[in-house]
Amino acid sequence: MELISNAPAGPIEKSWEAHKFGLKLVNPANKRKHTIIMVGTGLAGGSAAASLGELGYNVDCFCFQDSPRRAHSIAAQGGINAAKNYHNDGDSVYRLFYDTVKGGDFRSREANVYRLAQVSVNIIDQCVAQGVPFAREYGGLLDNRSFGGAQVSRTFYARGQTGQQLLLGAYQALERQVGLGSVKMHPRTEMLDLIVIDGRARGIVTRNLNDGKVSVHFGDAVVLATGGYGNVYYLSTNAKGSNATAIWRAYKRGALFANPCYTQIHPTCIPVSGDYQSKLTLMSESLRNDGRIWVPKKPGDKRNPASIPEDERDYYLERRYPAFGNLVPRDIASRAAKAECDSGHGIGETGWGVYLDFSDALKRLGASKIAERYGNLFEMYERITGEDPYKVPMRIYPAIHYTMGGLWVDYNLMSTVPGLFVLGEANFSDHGANRLGASALMQGLADGYFVIPYTLGNYLANTKHEKYSEDAPAAREAVANVNAITKKLLNASGKRTVDSYHRELGKIVWEYCGMSRNAAGLKKAAGMIAGLREDYWRNVRVLGSNEEFNQSLEKAGRVADFLELGELMCMDAFDRNESCGGHFREEYQTPDGEALRDDANYSYVAGWEFKGAGQPAALNKEPLIFNYVKPSQRSYK
Amino acid sequence: MKLTLHVWRQKNGQDRGRMVRYEVPGVNEHMSFLEMLDVLNESLIDKGEDPVAFDHDCREGICGMCGFMINGQAHGGFKGTTVCQLHMRHFKDGDELYIEPWRAAAFPVVKDLVVNRSSFDRIIAAGGFISVPTGSPPDGNAILVQKQDADLAMDAAACIGCGACVAACPNAASALFVSAKISHLAHLPQGQAERDRRALAMVRQMNREDFANCTNIGECEAACPKQIKLEVIAQANADYIKAAFTERPETVSGGVG
Repeated sequence: MELISNAPAGPIEKSWEAHKFGLKLVNPANKRKHTIIMVGTGLAGGSAAASLGELGYNVDCFCFQDSPRRAHSIAAQGGINAAKNYHNDGDSVYRLFYDTVKGGDFRSREANVYRLAQVSVNIIDQCVAQGVPFAREYGGLLDNRSFGGAQVSRTFYARGQTGQQLLLGAYQALERQVGLGSVKMHPRTEMLDLIVIDGRARGIVTRNLNDGKVSVHFGDAVVLATGGYGNVYYLSTNAKGSNATAIWRAYKRGALFANPCYTQIHPTCIPVSGDYQSKLTLMSESLRNDGRIWVPKKPGDKRNPASIPEDERDYYLERRYPAFGNLVPRDIASRAAKAECDSGHGIGETGWGVYLDFSDALKRLGASKIAERYGNLFEMYERITGEDPYKVPMRIYPAIHYTMGGLWVDYNLMSTVPGLFVLGEANFSDHGANRLGASALMQGLADGYFVIPYTLGNYLANTKHEKYSEDAPAAREAVANVNAITKKLLNASGKRTVDSYHRELGKIVWEYCGMSRNAAGLKKAAGMIAGLREDYWRNVRVLGSNEEFNQSLEKAGRVADFLELGELMCMDAFDRNESCGGHFREEYQTPDGEALRDDANYSYVAGWEFKGAGQPAALNKEPLIFNYVKPSQRSYK
Repeated sequence: MKLTLHVWRQKNGQDRGRMVRYEVPGVNEHMSFLEMLDVLNESLIDKGEDPVAFDHDCREGICGMCGFMINGQAHGGFKGTTVCQLHMRHFKDGDELYIEPWRAAAFPVVKDLVVNRSSFDRIIAAGGFISVPTGSPPDGNAILVQKQDADLAMDAAACIGCGACVAACPNAASALFVSAKISHLAHLPQGQAERDRRALAMVRQMNREDFANCTNIGECEAACPKQIKLEVIAQANADYIKAAFTERPETVSGGVG
């Protein structure tokens, strides 16, 4: 299959404007004749549903939570980037574009990234107008901070709850459309299959989580904004309900899955405390602005941190990366922490942790300034660990946090199935092999507010839309597929709980396809996952029935998909014989342990195509061409 | 440590429901309350018994999905803490805990500890927003906001919509939830144009739902995991009263073309 990006030619500064002008419009009177299926209500889905409703489309909007306000975008703490240059410190659209392409380790599509940087400024305006209470300076202007890896202050924030406030802004805009009747909300409803008729996405099959009712919903286009697949690792910073089922089942209906091995490990999370652990909690990396990361110089030094003198501490990021210090990009900071722990310098009971120390900042700025910047994060840390970071250094360790891979989309955010659009973390675009801090919120809102309202109209205007009934063979087949999966899970009546399988899968993927990977490990992991999956279908225990509120059944379907996706991740990581961004292959590194790309052979997007159950997926390549930011070895020294 | 739990079990909205006693051994002080319930559920599944249904998602105190009563207190009654962030070090060996869903007519039970809070969404849909279609705003810095106003707006906007305020209220009123949104938007210059309409619409929708009236008891403030202050209710009341007295029928004028 040839992957055509549809990225416009011509000067990149003008390409989005020119492309928009070339897109066909739908007559206002005709918009209400179109129904759009929107799955997911995070920043991307919520903003898209609201914007499409405002334009006059009928939107059927779905989320598995009890309310569209719960999506996991809500947990983003640090902020959102925008190239406003309010601080006269040298920022520009071009610099944000440049930083994002470089941060992504030259594995993203330039035209998409440029557009993202361009619309970033509109996002802030939109959110301010909605009443998002961004931090302000005394003069009433918007405040900014610098954030993970950026040398300019371009991050807008609302205390440590930026994601929450942006999501509530989108949610309120969405609810306004619900009140006006343009959006119909279907909470506690999970998409379980995609209906493809004559090669086009025409609807979805859902299960009502309250009573198990399986339904068919038709639309003229289907938009997935269902987030990332970080929960394949079981322990992640994602919400417990975050899952890959919608995108995975779309993959099985013909949408290509791009770069599944690009996963991001966040360097500052609270370390694991025991086997019962159900998730990991992230501490915003804005903490790295004022906290200093260190480990004892002596391996196995179990002294209390306060009694380790200054000259026996190794501030290893400041030592190895003098220019960026504690603010190096996430992948670099994470691997450096792992390297320290692997060599026996790790701290805490388990030895899997490093210190994030605020004592210098407290001396310099005083406790009240620190409280103003990080008060809620410090409280959260103390609530979880029982330790007070004003007095003792935080203990942190990397955890899986974000997945750059996702369904392949073209410049219009359309997947390889015509009529199926994918937004936000669920798609693969924009972040390449590594995402910069405060860019996820930006991408979600860019896709939802400012891209899909244009590109979706073009698809609708160029396409004929027949009406179908639920008797359409493709709809009946999709419903039968959903029912068969449910039946198989309920009938397995084995011995092991869904969670126990999920935990085991997570351990395999974390061990072999986590922070660093190698060919032998990936091959082994793929085999282990295949074996685990086989056992799952024979030996999983799901109690109860379909026709009730059944959380075990919900989880069981999602874990079944993770058990397939995990194998594809290993396959993709195995196939990519280079290190780039979040994908670090031990065989490919510089003498001082930095990631070594292979631009001659791997400067492409890997789009995996489903070839049927039990068949290996087929690899399709979209070559990446860099006309503006010339690939170079990333250096943060 | 070992705990004895009495958990509300109710199969669905029609079932009457009852308390069921469970022993949970091997509870570790570093577990969160929900992780303790996970351990209970794993053991129930092993025994072939239906696990306890409870809502949860982010498990970091921000999505607002989790919440139930522990010994009659919403989220357990620990200051500024949701149950997902409540750690077992606050309990001791041998404790006996009573766990029940939110009790409010406007929050019907779905199963066990899970309730339906769609009434909150309907209140927001009625007016809890600023009408600003995508693409039409002025530059972000064109609207100056005093730092104090931004801070007070943020204090109110911190509401996570969990419903603890309703569950804690002897009247099962939703005044704190509704007022938090009214107060958030009323503190900002962007929110002024619709300030009166918003207060009227949200309060009217609240009255259409099964929420009772606020009598200024203050249990909501004590129970709120985000520590939203009672003063937001005073502000919303003032806004509502002013809006109710100055309300005029909307003028409808036809076009001339």
